Amino acid sequence: MTLPAGVPAIEAVDVSRTYELDGVSVPALRGVSLTIDPGEYVAVIGPSGSGKSTLMHLLGGLDRPTGGRLVIGGRDVATLSAPELAMLRNQTIGFVFQAFHLLPRTSAVDNVALPLVYRGIGARQRRERAAAMLGRVGLGHRLDHRPNQLSGGEQQRVAIARALVTDPAVLLADEPTGNLDTVTGEAVLELLERLNAESGVALVMVTHDQEVAARARRRIAVRDGLIRSDTLHDRPLSGVGRGPATLDDAPSAEPRFASGRGPGHPSGGSGGAAGATGRLSGSSEAVPGGAG
Amino acid sequence: MRLAEAWRVALDALRANRMRSVLTMLGVIIGVASVVILVAIGTGTKQKVEQQVEGLGSNLLLVVPGKIDVGNAPVVSPLDLKDVDAVTRVVGDPGRVAVTVASGATARAGNRSDFTTVQGVLETTPAVFTRSLARGRYLTGADVDTSRRVAVLGASVARALFPDRDPLGQQVALAGVRFRVIGVFAPLGQSLGVDRDDEVHIPVTAAQRLWGTQRIDGIAVKAPDRERIGELGDRIVAELSRRHPDTEFSAVTQQQILGVLGDILGVLTGVLAAIAGISLLVGGVGVSNIMLVSVRERTREIGLRKAVGARPRDIGVQFLLEAVLLTSIGGLTGMALGVGTALLVDAVSPIPAAITWWSLALAFGVSAAVGIVFGVVPAQRAGRLDPVVALRAE
Ligand SMILES: Nc1ncnc2c1ncn2[C@@H]1O[C@H](COP(=O)(O)OP(=O)(O)OP(=O)(O)O)[C@@H](O)[C@H]1O
Ligand SMILES: [Mg+2]
Repeated sequence: MTLPAGVPAIEAVDVSRTYELDGVSVPALRGVSLTIDPGEYVAVIGPSGSGKSTLMHLLGGLDRPTGGRLVIGGRDVATLSAPELAMLRNQTIGFVFQAFHLLPRTSAVDNVALPLVYRGIGARQRRERAAAMLGRVGLGHRLDHRPNQLSGGEQQRVAIARALVTDPAVLLADEPTGNLDTVTGEAVLELLERLNAESGVALVMVTHDQEVAARARRRIAVRDGLIRSDTLHDRPLSGVGRGPATLDDAPSAEPRFASGRGPGHPSGGSGGAAGATGRLSGSSEAVPGGAG
Repeated sequence: MRLAEAWRVALDALRANRMRSVLTMLGVIIGVASVVILVAIGTGTKQKVEQQVEGLGSNLLLVVPGKIDVGNAPVVSPLDLKDVDAVTRVVGDPGRVAVTVASGATARAGNRSDFTTVQGVLETTPAVFTRSLARGRYLTGADVDTSRRVAVLGASVARALFPDRDPLGQQVALAGVRFRVIGVFAPLGQSLGVDRDDEVHIPVTAAQRLWGTQRIDGIAVKAPDRERIGELGDRIVAELSRRHPDTEFSAVTQQQILGVLGDILGVLTGVLAAIAGISLLVGGVGVSNIMLVSVRERTREIGLRKAVGARPRDIGVQFLLEAVLLTSIGGLTGMALGVGTALLVDAVSPIPAAITWWSLALAFGVSAAVGIVFGVVPAQRAGRLDPVVALRAE
């Protein structure tokens, strides 16, 4: 999905979400503002119960805020009906869950093709696109395997292919490696980073792992339903096929809000490179997102 | 989502839970099959009875005291043979007038006996009612005029009394009086469970003497032409009313009998269909139940589908189609089973059964409708599920 130039993929202004549980109000998010630009790589960290998943659900239009303004793909979710929001999810967002959520008894290629079903795309084209996407995640030889015939890492790669088959603007991954062992998790992580770099899809990923979070250009720390910090790191750690790694990135962190989004901000475009470079103008180590 | 796609998904879901789908369908199968079978039996019975009444000939006019209607008690007849003469004058042809005076009696031959209906009749009966004989001869005018003690046996009576010898020329005792067998009727078969071959015909004069009465129960007239059958009936009724001012008379045609019988049997068929319909309803409740279980079981699937862009309607339609598919497949199977059973019943048992297109169309339509009606609630529940909650379900 290509957004018009200058339009952020997702924009949240003072967004809150309160659950009503047996008459008791549970504030899961208490006023969160952030912007996700096309092509970004964002890590979301925070302790358990801090509201990370709640935030992801809101950013993906899977849930609606109880307060504040949320704009996804240029459209204010408050103005959208349930079916309109569903279509917006289909066109703009890709989800990757910790628990994979593949349909059992359904082949890998049909699992990947599922979002295209709700776009009204014909069976043959669906299969072609799903097969191509499975090829990109390295599962071109597993098209007709069922989920229970695949390893955990393979299942998560099928889920990633499913999230990206619609060519969304944003990929929301909630602890995508949480159910995987270290080695497999690392491979899945590298895949996500490669796809982020190649296709320009923004990647927003919840993780518990500080090392993993340190690989992202931008880090958002959530605590008690609030954003505690939102920082950019102009010297990312080692990534796949990236330049020389620097382990110590903390000193170079700059507050995200400090940089702001001035008028005429050149972010937008379809490439991750444009977004990253634009946002980091003035930074010494802008990373060409297209390189890989 | 395209509809064709939705069908495929629904079919896949049913296939994935094959055993449960079949068991759920069983309720619908039994319901539809019983509708088809019972309606077929009702319809078959109606057709057979109508055929038999039609077999009487469309020109037949039955003249009886009282009113012919459902639920009217029979009236003691004031008619006698002089009235028959009067009717014959109105008709103008003695060959077209038949009478009956009937009573139950025990027929005995040797050490065998059979309780049967003895009818006192004129020699015109075979012509008026189109009856034929298997053996011997029928009564003659001379038999009637001289009250001769001769009898023509129905096929069942002949079989009961003379299982191992020729009844012709043998003696039978009717209510203790001996008659000579001169003929045996060709068999007619059953109608509504009544054996129509269980009767003995004797001359009306002999019958009246046997029972010590002058009475005639009813008169049948074979009208010369069909168009003026009503008019002839009116003239006969007018003549009889003139002779018996205190009694009401009716002249009914085959059409009117068909109408009354049709009403009775139509109600019967309706009652049978309604009883079968209840079992179909029970089958529908089963479908609803299983669909609710299915929605609960597949909550995570619903959440995932919503996450990737399924609208509430897409999910609702998917589950509704699943329910409709369950009942439609069940309906078709039930139809096949019902048709097969009905044909079998018709072939091997004395119960007639006839398949009608309307009953098949109705049974299928109702089963599909049952799927919609009982699928709506589970489908709506599925469509309205909160995706976040659904994804978290275990
Ligand atoms: N459906 C719900 N009803 C009531 N409270 C809820 C609901 N979902 C989440 N919460 C509460 O909201 C808060 C934030 O939950 P959330 O799942 O977003 O946390 P999280 O940061 O993702 O935690 P974790 O790292 O364990 O996944 C928690 O206190 C949680 O109990
Ligand atoms: Mg969480």
